[in-house]
Amino acid sequence: MALPIYATTGQRIWHYTYLAFCVFVLFFLVAPLVAVIPLSFTSSPFLNFTPEMLALDPDAFSVRWYKALFGICDAVDDSASTMCHNKWMTGAGRSLYYAVCSTLLATFLGTLAALGLSNQHMPAKRAIMALMISPLIVPLIITAAGMAFFFARVNLSNTDAGIILAYTILGMPFVVITVTSTLVGFDRSLMRAGANLGGTPTYNFFKIQMPLIAPGMISGALFAFITAFDEIVIILFIGGPDQHTLPRQMWSGIRQEISPTILSAATILVLFSVLLLTTLELLRRRSERIRGITPH
Amino acid sequence: MSSENALVRFVDIQKSYDGEALVVKNLNLDVAKGEFLTMLGPSGSGKTTCLMMLAGFEPATHGEIFLNEHPINRVPPHKRGIGMVFQNYALFPHMTVAENLAFPLEVRHMDKSEREQRVKRALDMVQLGKFGDPRPAQLSGGQAQRVAVARSLVFDPDLVLMDEPLGALDKNLREQMQYEIKHIHENLGLTVVYVTHDQSEALTMSNRIAVFDDGIIQQCDPPPVLYEEPNNAFVAGFIGENNRFVGKVTEDSGDTVKVEIEAGAVVVAKKVNVEGVGSRSTLSLRPERVTVDPEAGSLPNIFSGKAEELIYLGDHIRTRFTVLGHDDFIVKIPNSAAHARLKEGDTVNIGWNAEDCRALDPSD
Repeated sequence: MALPIYATTGQRIWHYTYLAFCVFVLFFLVAPLVAVIPLSFTSSPFLNFTPEMLALDPDAFSVRWYKALFGICDAVDDSASTMCHNKWMTGAGRSLYYAVCSTLLATFLGTLAALGLSNQHMPAKRAIMALMISPLIVPLIITAAGMAFFFARVNLSNTDAGIILAYTILGMPFVVITVTSTLVGFDRSLMRAGANLGGTPTYNFFKIQMPLIAPGMISGALFAFITAFDEIVIILFIGGPDQHTLPRQMWSGIRQEISPTILSAATILVLFSVLLLTTLELLRRRSERIRGITPH
Repeated sequence: MSSENALVRFVDIQKSYDGEALVVKNLNLDVAKGEFLTMLGPSGSGKTTCLMMLAGFEPATHGEIFLNEHPINRVPPHKRGIGMVFQNYALFPHMTVAENLAFPLEVRHMDKSEREQRVKRALDMVQLGKFGDPRPAQLSGGQAQRVAVARSLVFDPDLVLMDEPLGALDKNLREQMQYEIKHIHENLGLTVVYVTHDQSEALTMSNRIAVFDDGIIQQCDPPPVLYEEPNNAFVAGFIGENNRFVGKVTEDSGDTVKVEIEAGAVVVAKKVNVEGVGSRSTLSLRPERVTVDPEAGSLPNIFSGKAEELIYLGDHIRTRFTVLGHDDFIVKIPNSAAHARLKEGDTVNIGWNAEDCRALDPSD
């Protein structure tokens, strides 16, 4: 955003103040994430930068915390032997399992809900929409407490099914919102054209509507996935010993045994998120290019 | 027209969206096989609603629509087998042109070689033989329009509906497409129901035009009849230009009536749609049927008029007169040597035949 040639001195000063402000905001957003990455390669068992690390001494760096994370034990390494177990990997596996299942369910149900809510003949549209997105607005702790009581009644506490359902409820609002906003730009006459050309409503949905609202479905699914993958409050309320997810492992790790393993886990999660977002952005651009919309 | 060769029949159709106001009031209309019928009318007149009911997107509130003598009220749109060109073309943006055209063929489980053959034939028909690969967003408006026409024809429907398909095109392209659609209609022997609010488009293309207003067909006739013999004041005003006077019928002599416009000024007009002596009537007269400076006694209606404004339009000069207290009386004077050259402010006699001046309903 360049300044116009006729900008006054006051406008110039304001413009550069504004730019500096933006840089600071971005810095404070990204800095904590970036700081974690070098720290995770420390060879000391403490969560701070040692003078050796700052002097870039090669001995100050190691991948021992990554080994601990992936359950590869060093025979000589006894200081971290308590960390040398597979809880991280099983936790990651659990988290992935819950996140994938609940994302699929949330995307399916959320898309259906969005389709129904954008039908012009749908009664009580606003009320239903508000109810649908309430898990986003109601404090998580309240939702979690409510679920804990309710799930205990219906024998869903401490079960995988219970966790998946709970995460579906948390993830669905994202799908409803993103798909609804994609449907605003969806030309309804395309469905009429499909019907006119002989396609049944179901056929037309899969052939015409779904490919066109897919970007909304995908970004909703992404939010639902991230929400489920790093969820900690609900799992503490309704999860049993068998539902030991990655966030739960980080939670207990940081309370019981502060070790840089948590940093290596964080680094891997950051990389994972960046990869996921990049892939999805590329997919989104591709689908827009296919539809003839110039990327922006 | 007998109802035996009617492809489409609307019988006592009524349509209301809110359960109170009727958008379409008791429509009865037959469309013959092979006919090009245009539904013409201002927006909100019910013409598009009729088309949507025929396509199956809107249910009729009352009455029955027959297609090939079969009632179709309970047939869903995807089983009607009617082709349609949508107002905004409704091409599928994520498919190429060829995939768009193949869509109705895939739905019908046609095998691949026949599909390709038909897609090619349909593209050739609209002169887009080499345009199978691009996606709709890469096409110009005119090309997209042709693709939409090709897609509506590719599965060989008997009946094709067109909902203001040329509205988004510029004037030259629109005229060219009018002829192309007309030729396709003639060559394939299709039945077309066409909706437009553009009267020149309707006059150019149609076998018959149904003029809609206020949910009622005001008149349904071939273009020349509609233009030259409008049945009521709305049709006279909607199709082409007309000069109108409102007055009171003073004498009824069967074929003609005398209508008093203002004190002392009586116009002799053809009796079309008036009730009789004492009732009010709107007189309608086409601007090209007025003679300037006629010989005295040669026409039954001769009045003195003052030329207020002349607009030079090349082939004719559009002249606005003040006649009988109306200052918006338009006369089209052909640009030929035989005709008088007027100047603004000239006062001349102008006159017209009783035949050309139609006495219609009072309208307002």
